Amino acid sequence: MAKITVDGIVYEVNPQNNLLQECLSHGLDLPYFCWHPCMGSVGACRQCAVKQYRNADDKIGTVVMSCMTPASDGAIISIADAQAVKMRSSVIESLMISHPHDCPVCEEGGECHLQDMTQMSGHNYRRYDFKKVTHRNQNLGPFINHEMNRCIACYRCVRYYDDYAGGKDLAALGAHHHVYFGRQEEGTLESEFSGNLVEVCPTGVFTDKTFSEHYTRKWDLQTAPSICTGCGAGCNTTPGERYGTLRRIVNRYHHDLNGYFLCDRGRFGYGFNSSDNRITEASLVSSHADEKGVRKPLTQQEAQRQFDALTAGDVVGIGSPRASLESNLALRARVGVKNFYAGFSAEQQRCMQAVIAINREQGLHCPDIRTLEQADCVLVVNEDITNTSPRFALALRQAVRNRAAQLATDARIPLWQDAAVRELAQNELSPLFILSPQGTRLDDVATETFLSTIAQQVALLSAIANTIDASVGTAATDEDSAEQARRIAAALISATKPTIVSGTSAGSEALIHATANVARALRKYSVQSAAINLCFAMPEVNTMGLALLMEEGGGTLDEALQRLARGNADAAIVLENDLSLRTTPAAIDAAIAGTDSGSAVWVVIDQLHNSFNARAQLLLPVTSFAEQNSTFVNYEGRAQSSHQVFPADAALRPGYEWLTPHDPLSPLLTTSETILFHSAQTLAAFAGAEKLLPPRTGMQALMKSPRQLHRYSGRTAMHAHSNVHESKQPTDRQSPMAFSMEGLSLQKDSSLLSAAWAPGWNSNQAISKFQDEINGELKQGCKGVHLLQRTLPPQSAMAVNSAKAGKKGTFVVYFIDHIFGSDELSAKSPAITARSVGPYLCIGKSEATALGLHQHGLARVSNGDHVVELPVLIRQRIAAGAVGIYCGAEINRHLFAGSVSVAPVNEDDNVLARSRQMFSDLIINDSLINNSESGRG
Amino acid sequence: MLRLIKDTLISQVVTLWRVFVHAFDKTDTVEYPDVQPQMAARWRGRIILSRDPDGEERCVACNLCAVACPVDCIALQKAEDDEGRWYPEFFRINFSRCIMCGFCEEACPTNAIQLTPDFEMAEYVRQDMVWEKEDLLINGTGKYHDYNFYRVAGKKIGGKDKGEARNEAPPVDVRSLLP
Repeated sequence: MAKITVDGIVYEVNPQNNLLQECLSHGLDLPYFCWHPCMGSVGACRQCAVKQYRNADDKIGTVVMSCMTPASDGAIISIADAQAVKMRSSVIESLMISHPHDCPVCEEGGECHLQDMTQMSGHNYRRYDFKKVTHRNQNLGPFINHEMNRCIACYRCVRYYDDYAGGKDLAALGAHHHVYFGRQEEGTLESEFSGNLVEVCPTGVFTDKTFSEHYTRKWDLQTAPSICTGCGAGCNTTPGERYGTLRRIVNRYHHDLNGYFLCDRGRFGYGFNSSDNRITEASLVSSHADEKGVRKPLTQQEAQRQFDALTAGDVVGIGSPRASLESNLALRARVGVKNFYAGFSAEQQRCMQAVIAINREQGLHCPDIRTLEQADCVLVVNEDITNTSPRFALALRQAVRNRAAQLATDARIPLWQDAAVRELAQNELSPLFILSPQGTRLDDVATETFLSTIAQQVALLSAIANTIDASVGTAATDEDSAEQARRIAAALISATKPTIVSGTSAGSEALIHATANVARALRKYSVQSAAINLCFAMPEVNTMGLALLMEEGGGTLDEALQRLARGNADAAIVLENDLSLRTTPAAIDAAIAGTDSGSAVWVVIDQLHNSFNARAQLLLPVTSFAEQNSTFVNYEGRAQSSHQVFPADAALRPGYEWLTPHDPLSPLLTTSETILFHSAQTLAAFAGAEKLLPPRTGMQALMKSPRQLHRYSGRTAMHAHSNVHESKQPTDRQSPMAFSMEGLSLQKDSSLLSAAWAPGWNSNQAISKFQDEINGELKQGCKGVHLLQRTLPPQSAMAVNSAKAGKKGTFVVYFIDHIFGSDELSAKSPAITARSVGPYLCIGKSEATALGLHQHGLARVSNGDHVVELPVLIRQRIAAGAVGIYCGAEINRHLFAGSVSVAPVNEDDNVLARSRQMFSDLIINDSLINNSESGRG
Repeated sequence: MLRLIKDTLISQVVTLWRVFVHAFDKTDTVEYPDVQPQMAARWRGRIILSRDPDGEERCVACNLCAVACPVDCIALQKAEDDEGRWYPEFFRINFSRCIMCGFCEEACPTNAIQLTPDFEMAEYVRQDMVWEKEDLLINGTGKYHDYNFYRVAGKKIGGKDKGEARNEAPPVDVRSLLP
């Protein structure tokens, strides 16, 4: 620890950091633009000027940029010095010379870093009388608005988009005062992380287009800490509501997980909440003879009565990996363990059992996202993480820069010297190996991408394990793959933090075991017997939570459907689950036929209409993540609380309220807190989960945390059109938060950080006021509770059955996921729909030529029993002998698992034009696509 | 005796005289509502939404009036036309809560919301004191005749391209290297 003196007060600092970072860490107000806690310093904006003195006798001092000056021991600086103050106010005055008179019509207004810094620097009147520079805007797609006039040229956008997130299509264009931040030509921003520009840009150049469509100022949003439901990563978010609809999602800092950034699925995939597809009322299919099959709406009380009456007997309950832990627990409690079945597909459930066992094994470690960023050698197995668990991909883009960090440390360059570190490292990257059936979006930073089918990957992984530890796995059969295995093994062995990332989306248990075997073999070389990092991405928000619950007993989905097909139940309750995504149509049809013959009923509790729940007799509407308190377990086994943001429409109830028998004498039995507390006491898998519940001591026991900022407006007018007599604010009996602006002040207690705000800091940059130091932990926030303990002793490598090869003349199928479209709920959000594509077939160039398929033409795909016609996408980078199928919402992936044959179909020009249009929206790192179709370089 | 008369009687007579003289003074009572009072132009009464000199709605739905309002009696929602102009989808003032403080007028960056000298707003039913945009919007500029926010702001709207606002240079050609 070093000591520095700021305006006569001595502070303890870390000499590795710069002065700006340390001043902010100690809560001092110092304006800045180009510096960002995640991106280091470049000294471009000159806004953070302070006075530095050589020693105690130096009374004159020199003005320095605090972001470019190390916080060395004994430094004496002054923020309040008159010259430094003058310098900062002159700088902001120059930055504002061409800033338009736009604030009232700017989406950033009220949470604008530029507004905050202008106030802080004391500039208030434009003295410059000459013309303002103006720019034309670009249409950057359905997510981001562009208003280039507002730019102050801090370069943060390109430093984030290009340098941090690896984007290629946003650049600083033009020269001198014509400098322009945009694309070479108008078009959708390609990066899957473009949404973070909204928060990274300190002004209103990049704003959230979906938010602008129903815009509300930050101070008018009702917000609560929430968890993203886009995938199983468990990123922390802050959704905001006004007038009863969800308006936007912004990032909520979590030290271990998402840090400052979200992916675009998480940020823009909230629109399904108020989409037309939403189930808004309970309905029952009439059983009267004269109006058979007619669906009749029910009031909430009628629906509950019908539900209780219909499900009185022997009931099958099918859980869901996208429903909250509480809802699953309530369903299990209602139907009993014997009648509780998982809502996974069969292969998914087997994979999850394997993953949980691996996550319990000592000697391995499941890295959080921050740990992923620190890996110095990464092996990605099969999972296309950019599309299934996108935040991982952003972390791996940082991991490959650890080579640069190493070089800089050796050259004694501080890591915050961003430009210097990049200049030094040039294109040097840490090793990243990818095994994948097709080219991935991470290929541009990968050392090598091995295009291989699952069977080839299993063989290669065995060979890698064998190269690392000869007692494990099987050696490669041919010299090529032996050489590949040696290269990967050598990189993994020489790394200090080797990390292996895979996932369950392929549904291959063999692959999971083969992947784990590599990690197990690596333990021999681990530095100071540190655990080897190994993690598996999860497709849905609570996949791990449901899998843990299944550890406590219960059957599989297949067993449930077979039992229903036999007519061996009085009713089936399906909780938030579209079973047509989990199994074949035949299995569902058989189950429905079985229940029909036995006059059993299907009760489906869900958020959105789909083809499956249209067949249910009783359909119950359920609240979305923003309308209920819930707990979700992420891929690490970390349980996190997601708080209700706003009261739902009266017809909607959380799943656990529908499912828990209502007892008027003790209404508290149905709260999420009680359910969680009860399960923590009774189920071993959830031991410790009660630590998520808010403390009932001190101030928190007496006061609730407000969901509204202190300047929430319009309280006496927002409902006045329906009734001028203001009703009481809705009370929240369930959670430690209130639907109010009153309660514990954020400055006193930020354990429930509804929105980052501090005096003088209206933008999201206010988060530094809630961190114990810059990039540190939140002072009071809850990081979640780890449910998985490493209790199993280290296992020796498991024998792996390699997958069967396909018949001659057929292709091995792998399924493609897309960040926009593969997630069931977010896919129904308008902005995400605008970016998603329909189902298609992906095939290699030589195979396509041999079969006579044309780019964007049609192909007939058949596995003997089922046939489908799909548009063709010919890609250069695809494993030999494999074809990819993107199913979208239209095709059941269980029908085409295994191998298929492909044949051309005579297509007309309309079909070609339609599919060409569709593929033009698809962004793939593949020279064949990008060059031929959209001209992107 | 004389002293008694001087101290009391004269005082009485003078008082009577003064009362009599007041009978010819100008009356202070205003015959409202038959006679309408003259209100100062700066009087803070009924709130209106004005239009700019081109006849377009001045309000850009920036929400500053709502946030300035100490009794939170203004609620509105931003909407945007096809060419980028912001306007309120609805704009509601609950006059049964309004205290006529005028903070909204001070906060308004476009001179849209203005307080007028009209104070005749009593209603028998409280619900009738909730005014919507249709009730508030007038067909004129109100007290400020010349100001048009969009002629100053940099944002492009229908009828005003980039570079056409006050003190703006034409949009730059990014591909030019000329100074």
